[in-house]
Amino acid sequence: MNAAKVLDAKGLACPMPIVKTKKAIGEIESGQVLEVHTTDKGAVKDLTAWAESTGNELLKHEEDNGILKFWIKKANLLKR
Amino acid sequence: MKPMTAKEVTKKVIQNEELFILDVRNEGDFNDWKIEGKTFEYLNVPYFDLLDGVESILNKISADKELLVVCAKEGSSVMIAEMLEEAGREASYLKGGMKAWSEHLEPVKVGDLKDGGEMYQFVRIGKGCLSYMVISNGEAAIVDATRMTDVFTDFAAEKNAEIKHVFDTHLHADHISGGRKIAQKTGASYWLPPKDAEEVTFEYSRLEDGNEVMIGSTKISIQAVYSPGHTIGSTSFVVDDQYLLSGDILFIDSIGRPDLAGKAGDWAGDLRETLYRRYKELSNELVVMPAHFMIIDELNEDGSVSEKLGTLFAKNHGLNIEDEGEFRKLVSDNLPPQPNSYQEIRETNMGKISPDEEKQREMEIGPNRCAVR
Repeated sequence: MNAAKVLDAKGLACPMPIVKTKKAIGEIESGQVLEVHTTDKGAVKDLTAWAESTGNELLKHEEDNGILKFWIKKANLLKR
Repeated sequence: MKPMTAKEVTKKVIQNEELFILDVRNEGDFNDWKIEGKTFEYLNVPYFDLLDGVESILNKISADKELLVVCAKEGSSVMIAEMLEEAGREASYLKGGMKAWSEHLEPVKVGDLKDGGEMYQFVRIGKGCLSYMVISNGEAAIVDATRMTDVFTDFAAEKNAEIKHVFDTHLHADHISGGRKIAQKTGASYWLPPKDAEEVTFEYSRLEDGNEVMIGSTKISIQAVYSPGHTIGSTSFVVDDQYLLSGDILFIDSIGRPDLAGKAGDWAGDLRETLYRRYKELSNELVVMPAHFMIIDELNEDGSVSEKLGTLFAKNHGLNIEDEGEFRKLVSDNLPPQPNSYQEIRETNMGKISPDEEKQREMEIGPNRCAVR
């Protein structure tokens, strides 16, 4: 998947992965994809809920050797 | 902004103090499991909806109540509590988050033994697990210990008691037992019902109907009563002819569920036999001390959980279903969701897998869900 930006949030504890994701998504264009890497297991539920809450689309996530990877497509009209 | 410990929150639960809890976990986690208090007020707004500011929720928080911000591990609650204070609202955060809440044990003395010994209940308030320590003449026995083993060994040391016996009433599916670890650490015997222990990978003492173990020099007896139904091996204890440790068979306001080892249909009959026949033969004066509570209403005024067997026969709905078919239906249909990671927890308790502490914590997140009501 072609990501416009890759955010490395490995080793960071909650709430930082989401704080950084929010910032990073602000730096890409609508329709572009942000790839997030994190090691915080709580991120699966939280990023899913965050995406739903903000209207961004969580395209998929997977675990690769203890690293959680997410692909998020920026919404056209952000609620916030 | 200051931390509030799980112990301080526990005190507020027991003393029915008021507290406003702002839980900043996601909605699903909050609805699944939260800090329960009769006099607590709640607001759930995920931290990620507050990154731009907390102004939008200020008017939803009662101005006259003490405010506690809660999250899974602590990090987000610190951030939100800081933002609240910047906005002019005093706030504390829960030290260690819901993980600490899940692990906090509150020892409560629940009774005296005839020879001057003492009986303690360890209330795991966040998860609803109850463990017991019987102390008599410098010796101690522990029943259904949780994995926070230091709490038990430190407590026994404080009481100058040597831990001689460690029991599990059954193979637990909702939490990781600390029994084996305590036994290894202290040289005590670790007792398990053999029918629950067919697949365990370690040595244990066989806990069987009629076994009687003495604690201390003046014969405090711990008598095993085979009481299958929650699991096939489930065993209760009568301590000092006064207390009935009922494990996950009988609770204060509910009864055990028979399905966590995958055999609801088969064990419904055993459960009924235990509750409606074996327990009926016991003295109504016995004080029932279960291995769990499910709702905060089950707590007594001092934070303990217990009730006379006779009272339960009169008031507990699960003991008052005359029709066997209806009983079977109650305990096999519409069961609540199973506890988080219950298969992995069972395998850990069998010694088949050895997850690290962090993983064990995660496996145990959430309520115990061992009952049907």
